[in-house]
Amino acid sequence: MHFKARASAALADATLQANLRKFQSAGFTALRAKAVAEFGPELFEALRGEGAAIRDRSLESLDAWLDRFEAEAVRRGATVLFAETRAEACELLVEICRRHGVRKAIKSKSMLSEEAGVNEALAANGITPIETDLGEYILQLAGEPPSHIIAPALHKSKDEVADLFQAHHHAPRKDDIPRMTREAREVLRGHFLSADLGISGGNFLIAETGSGVIVTNEGNGRMVTTLPRVHVCITGIEKVLPTLEDFSTLLRLLTRSATGQAISNYVSLFTGPRGRQDRDGPEHMVFILVDAGRTHLVGGDMQEMLRCIRCGACMNHCPVYRAVGGHSYGWVYPGPMGSVLTPSYVGLANALDLPHAATLCGACSVACPVKIPLPELLRKLREKQVNRGLRPWREMAAVRLWSWTARRPRLYALATAIAVRLLRLLGGRDGMIAALPFGREWTRGRFFPAPKSGRTFRSLYASRPTPALRKP
Amino acid sequence: MSSRERILERIRKAQGRGGSKPSGAELEAVETYLRAHPRGTLPKVEADLVARFRARAEATQCTTEEVTAKAEVPAAVARYLKSSDLPLAGCVWPQLDDLDWKGAGLALEPRAANSQDAVGVTGAFAAIAETGTLMFASGPDTPAAVSLLPETHVAVVSARRIVAHMEEAWDLARAELGQLPRAINFVSGPSRTADIDQTIVLGAHGPYRVHIVLVRS
Ligand code: SF4
Repeated sequence: MHFKARASAALADATLQANLRKFQSAGFTALRAKAVAEFGPELFEALRGEGAAIRDRSLESLDAWLDRFEAEAVRRGATVLFAETRAEACELLVEICRRHGVRKAIKSKSMLSEEAGVNEALAANGITPIETDLGEYILQLAGEPPSHIIAPALHKSKDEVADLFQAHHHAPRKDDIPRMTREAREVLRGHFLSADLGISGGNFLIAETGSGVIVTNEGNGRMVTTLPRVHVCITGIEKVLPTLEDFSTLLRLLTRSATGQAISNYVSLFTGPRGRQDRDGPEHMVFILVDAGRTHLVGGDMQEMLRCIRCGACMNHCPVYRAVGGHSYGWVYPGPMGSVLTPSYVGLANALDLPHAATLCGACSVACPVKIPLPELLRKLREKQVNRGLRPWREMAAVRLWSWTARRPRLYALATAIAVRLLRLLGGRDGMIAALPFGREWTRGRFFPAPKSGRTFRSLYASRPTPALRKP
Repeated sequence: MSSRERILERIRKAQGRGGSKPSGAELEAVETYLRAHPRGTLPKVEADLVARFRARAEATQCTTEEVTAKAEVPAAVARYLKSSDLPLAGCVWPQLDDLDWKGAGLALEPRAANSQDAVGVTGAFAAIAETGTLMFASGPDTPAAVSLLPETHVAVVSARRIVAHMEEAWDLARAELGQLPRAINFVSGPSRTADIDQTIVLGAHGPYRVHIVLVRS
């Protein structure tokens, strides 16, 4: 099923639409706007430029920064592993579990583990993965993928969550949110204390110190990186940053763009395993740095996409995402960033209509904290599709026919003159067109005025009154 | 060839930089940048760091108070716990074991936290006025989980350790610690979530409340 079909289903799904309306009004966008206003719009603009420059510096010599990160992380006692593919990332993880006798793994949010299908790989090898971010936990109970990169369960209503908790927690149904949250907290606390392995994502890697960073509000990320005896941080190779100062600059951008917070509740840097005298912390610390398609973007005309710091602002501001929700995009990453990333990671031929799942209105690139020109990148993907013959034959034929005619001005004039008259006829008595013979899908949701004069733009332009010259 | 080598070589090739490893000049450029570690544009922070810190910390739903000497801290903590009807027992950073907790009627054990602890008392490595944030550096006498597992977290912060921005805190860390400890945790308010119905609830997995006692001396 492709985007179009899924989006149509999403639009017809009344429950989803009600939940999305809450998302639209609860207002990540308003919170971001407020945070930017408080910070000072000019200062924030300057910061966006600096953020983009920091990400570009890392990406322009990515291998050198990765090399530096690795050397420092290893010096601090961590193990650094590289995975070329999603499958290899899972193999490495399963191997770590085997070596350390892991039966249960607790996870904090990691988009890369969604990409790689880590939970399925662990389960297939007899290891129980437990999601501990409340949103991800709800989705694990529901057996659904996330629909937003920072608010994964926003497509679920309180009642749906209450039903899930009742079915899985063996406790009387609660429908007050603080009590529901406490119930989940108590269930998950038990898992935190008994798991052998913690799996976290990594918002950033810092080359200067060999540290990983996670940014969370719930505190589950701190549990996952502190309590079990083994901690694995699994993240993309593009996440590396040079210095602590660079990280601080990007953090100011990230939390404001994501939720409008000046800073998230918990920002944690982890560097190596526990020291000999330490009273807590994991005994083993492993980084799995994953490529899985990222190097295809390096060096080419799409490299800017790798600046992404996964704040979610582009989807929050996207009129298409806001109407259809995240599942319509079919893979891990929704919204504008997903429409660029998914074809790049899974292959253009496997995501045919994603580059078209946008109106190119530009709201995403205005909000993006690291100035990724998302509409520009979507346009480039569309171009690539055309060049590789990956568009439907009818569309290709129509465009070819149009370009053939457009190169013959007299024929073009004739054809458009006929077309414009037909449109006037279609308008009927009230002069409004409600259905087009070759564009029924397009007119299903809109109507437009017929050209009243029955003349083309070219003919109107040619006969316009010459503006009177002003006397000197 | 390992995955690591193939990935790094693909990057170099895609970016038109020959060879399979970063050149000497590239590595030197990396080290030069790391030595300089330039700061970005910093937001303006008022000169009165204590006032700014308190205001921002309260905006993240911490509660704050000030005492004038370190010796007053145990009594202040006891007062806070009693006034909120909270248990008077739990754990404390071994670093703060020199304070007379027992004298104030508190049963705080100097150790790492366990799941039974209702109260965790910590110091702080530094505090950041810009965002009202506490900064903790893990170590044998400053275990990380004390600020995480208990439902109530009380942090004792010397007013002298308040800096304007995170950047000044990094300079402190470089000067005093040399290298980062296993964990640096920045904490801004109690744990929260908005994952059910986009409604903010405090106490998702970490503390329900964070109380800050500032020591002015
Ligand atoms: S593309 Fe930009 S706005 Fe979208 S998630 Fe990435 S950083 Fe945020």
